[in-house]
Amino acid sequence: MSKHTRSLRLLTIVCLALFAATTPSSSAEIASANRRTDYDFMSRDTQAMQDDDAANPGMLWVQEGEALWAHKEGSGQRSCMDCHGDARFSMKGVAARYPAFDAERDRPIDLEERIINCRLNHQNATPFAYESKELLSLAAYIARQSRGAPIETGNDERLEPFIAAGREIFNRRQGQLNISCAQCHDDNWGKRLAGNIVPQAHPTGYPLYRLEWQSLGSLQRRLRACMFGMRAEPYPFGAPENIALEVFLMARAHGMPMDAPAVRP
Amino acid sequence: MTAPLINVPAHAKRGEVIAIKTLISHQMETGFRYSATGTLLPRNIITEFVCTYNGDEIFRARFYPAVAANPFLTFYTVATASGTIAFTWTGDNGFFETATANIVVE
Repeated sequence: MSKHTRSLRLLTIVCLALFAATTPSSSAEIASANRRTDYDFMSRDTQAMQDDDAANPGMLWVQEGEALWAHKEGSGQRSCMDCHGDARFSMKGVAARYPAFDAERDRPIDLEERIINCRLNHQNATPFAYESKELLSLAAYIARQSRGAPIETGNDERLEPFIAAGREIFNRRQGQLNISCAQCHDDNWGKRLAGNIVPQAHPTGYPLYRLEWQSLGSLQRRLRACMFGMRAEPYPFGAPENIALEVFLMARAHGMPMDAPAVRP
Repeated sequence: MTAPLINVPAHAKRGEVIAIKTLISHQMETGFRYSATGTLLPRNIITEFVCTYNGDEIFRARFYPAVAANPFLTFYTVATASGTIAFTWTGDNGFFETATANIVVE
């Protein structure tokens, strides 16, 4: 938990309860003319922090990830670079296609799970834990190579049932406040929730540096934090529900440019 | 430990005002927070930052618990001569980190 969030969290919960009481139960998708990236909703100061590589704290993780990429690991003493080469070329646009369908598992996996699998199967090394500094660093370094690339997740038709499952969760009322993701992000975007503007939930910049966390975090961490605010039980890291939400949200943001590592309030 | 990110212009004209930016990875634990099990998390912060230009001190800052994690500093100086701009961060638990950047002044 970060330093100043307890009272903010209480206020957030009160506001969410008011939302739930006043909004209609069926949500409409955002019209294409009104689609905006989460970057557009930020203050000019936070945008400036993200845009300047010397000021963006996410670049500390990117730098760490660059070192890890070349580091030989596991019983095979192989680095990411030994198979994938120079990430600046080989990883270009890759993060914009994740979560991607994994034929072996017959389901989509996100970028973090892809890295974990690579470590297990190709490097024979101990896998990184979710939200560990190493996993976030590698994910940030890979995602950085897609900056500016349009999101392509959803082009693969094998993802369709998973996108549908994610859409169902997104529109489902849940938790003690009995609200859905859509009631905030489809119906009430642009309004304020406590001090912050409710964005449209387009995950273009993950993993991203959240000022509230004072750290980098994954999309799954963000989803769990939202669940907590809805007073619903967060899905565990790697749970199919989290992946389904990730696929749905990325497909929903189709065509938007990636801006990882982003900075968000 | 991640190395600090330093941004100093590689070239400058003599007498030009240049911006220096530094970003360092540090948790900046305040010493006022409790863990999930109720024990006080001991303070662990950077306490001092010093910048020297060819050995002369040009900037110094004291840090306190209210400074956020991963402190970012930006400040200005006049480019007087070619040489080395050096940075040191000192903190709790023997924390000590250094970095240098070279500048050519014409």
